[in-house]
Amino acid sequence: MSGETRIAIENLNLHFGANHVLRDVGFNIPANAVTAIMGPSGCGKSTLLRCINRMNDLILSARITGRIVIDGENVYSPRVDVIDLRRRVGMVFQKPNPFPKSIFENVAFGLRIHRLGDSGEIRARVEKALVQANLWEEVKDRLQDNAFSLSGGQQQRLCLARAIAVGPEIVLLDEPASALDPHSTAKLEELIVELKREYTIVIVTHNMQQAARVSDHCAFLMLGELAEWGKTEQVFTKPKDKRTEDFLMGKFG
Amino acid sequence: MNRATGPGAIPRRRFGSSIGFAVLAVPLFAFIAFVLLLVGYLVANGIGVLSWEFLSKPPTAGMTEGGILPCIIGTVLVTFVSLAFSVPVGVFSGIYLAEYAPNNLLTRAIRSSVRSLAGVPSIVYGLFGVALFVNAMNLGMSVLASGLTLGLVNLPWIIATCEEAISAIPSSFREGALALGSTKWEAIRRNVLPYAFPGILTGVLLAVARTAGETAPILFTGVTYYTRQLPNSLLSRFMALPYHLFTLATQHDKIAEVRPVAFGTALVLVLFVLLFDALAFVIRMRVARTNTWQV
Repeated sequence: MSGETRIAIENLNLHFGANHVLRDVGFNIPANAVTAIMGPSGCGKSTLLRCINRMNDLILSARITGRIVIDGENVYSPRVDVIDLRRRVGMVFQKPNPFPKSIFENVAFGLRIHRLGDSGEIRARVEKALVQANLWEEVKDRLQDNAFSLSGGQQQRLCLARAIAVGPEIVLLDEPASALDPHSTAKLEELIVELKREYTIVIVTHNMQQAARVSDHCAFLMLGELAEWGKTEQVFTKPKDKRTEDFLMGKFG
Repeated sequence: MNRATGPGAIPRRRFGSSIGFAVLAVPLFAFIAFVLLLVGYLVANGIGVLSWEFLSKPPTAGMTEGGILPCIIGTVLVTFVSLAFSVPVGVFSGIYLAEYAPNNLLTRAIRSSVRSLAGVPSIVYGLFGVALFVNAMNLGMSVLASGLTLGLVNLPWIIATCEEAISAIPSSFREGALALGSTKWEAIRRNVLPYAFPGILTGVLLAVARTAGETAPILFTGVTYYTRQLPNSLLSRFMALPYHLFTLATQHDKIAEVRPVAFGTALVLVLFVLLFDALAFVIRMRVARTNTWQV
């Protein structure tokens, strides 16, 4: 239940070439809760998020030391299969990135790749994922339409449905609302809070009101260093670090 | 007072704008008029000899009568052989360059070599084909040797268009697939290649159009002035439209008598090329309509 550590980040350092982007970052992400990673732009929060499902592997100049432990195993250990890791750790990107396929095929994409079930089972899982992402009612009569016909907010919920369809335990959200209007943002935030019952959620945001609204725990990153982490309530009301305090006061952002 | 707003300035600017438009537009329209004139001239002179017989009979009576069937078959055959070689090699190379090749000095050298090869005069390919296919590989002057030589001419174009078509697919499609746990190849095969396919096909069709009209690469590698039989194997010699046209227009001893046949041959060749260009155009239009992510 909530409180138990799901992801432990230990002494994480990341370099892009000569650039030291993450410096000795370490904190715990509890299970079945929403953890927000906050900080001004360029502080390395998206990079940190992309370490968890090893998306930084794609960047050749990236050098990573330290550990990220999920279920007792370091995700950077050679025994970990990155394909399986990414199925267990889903991700939603900053800009909605639906594939130019039908709404149905977008959600079925991961299921087909991992060969999860026959066509009947895929149909059932697609529906379940769309229901969970609060999109089913809006799209159930037009599942064969191109995903690009959806609005930005719907596209982002589709991407969320696509990520949870393959049955991950952890969902990473990289500033998922930054391209959305306020109404779509509110809907998405509601959804995030609902989903924590089933998933462990990590959300990156530069918007501190959003962090305050959706998260139970938060970590505050500043120029690649972890300034502070803890329960959201505590970080927001009684920040221990001067830098956190300045950020919350709006001195930089 | 500044020049743009002073009295009389606006009419002056309008006039300048019209001049600019004319300078840009006149050369374009002149060029289009020239192309139309060329095609019109060919049609006017060649349409008279076009008939089912012209397309389905071999030349007779010292090429002054009969048709051009062996040339059509020869051209189709070498084009097909060239594609059988250059499409797989070109498409695989394009995929490799776009998706797998590391960005280093070697890759950049390969890429710019491919671009340079596209500009090598085709007669150079022709002579290379003689050395490699006809002599070293002992294929003799044949459909196969000519087809492979034409394939080499095509290859740089196909590699380049294929690489460009693949690179034009947004990287978010690859990232999205990878984040769902697909392997790199699955991401490419399912989420990149299907969307790059129309672009690749357009490149191939344009290559077909170019191949059909090439003369120099087949000149020493297999084409023949006249043969009584149709090619019966890949090692036969063959007749081809562009070379036939060259023969009729400059080498024949009764130039005046074969002139109508020459016009007919030219018209068939141009129609063949236009057909493939038009096909490429149609595909491009359809893609522009359906590729909704290209905002």
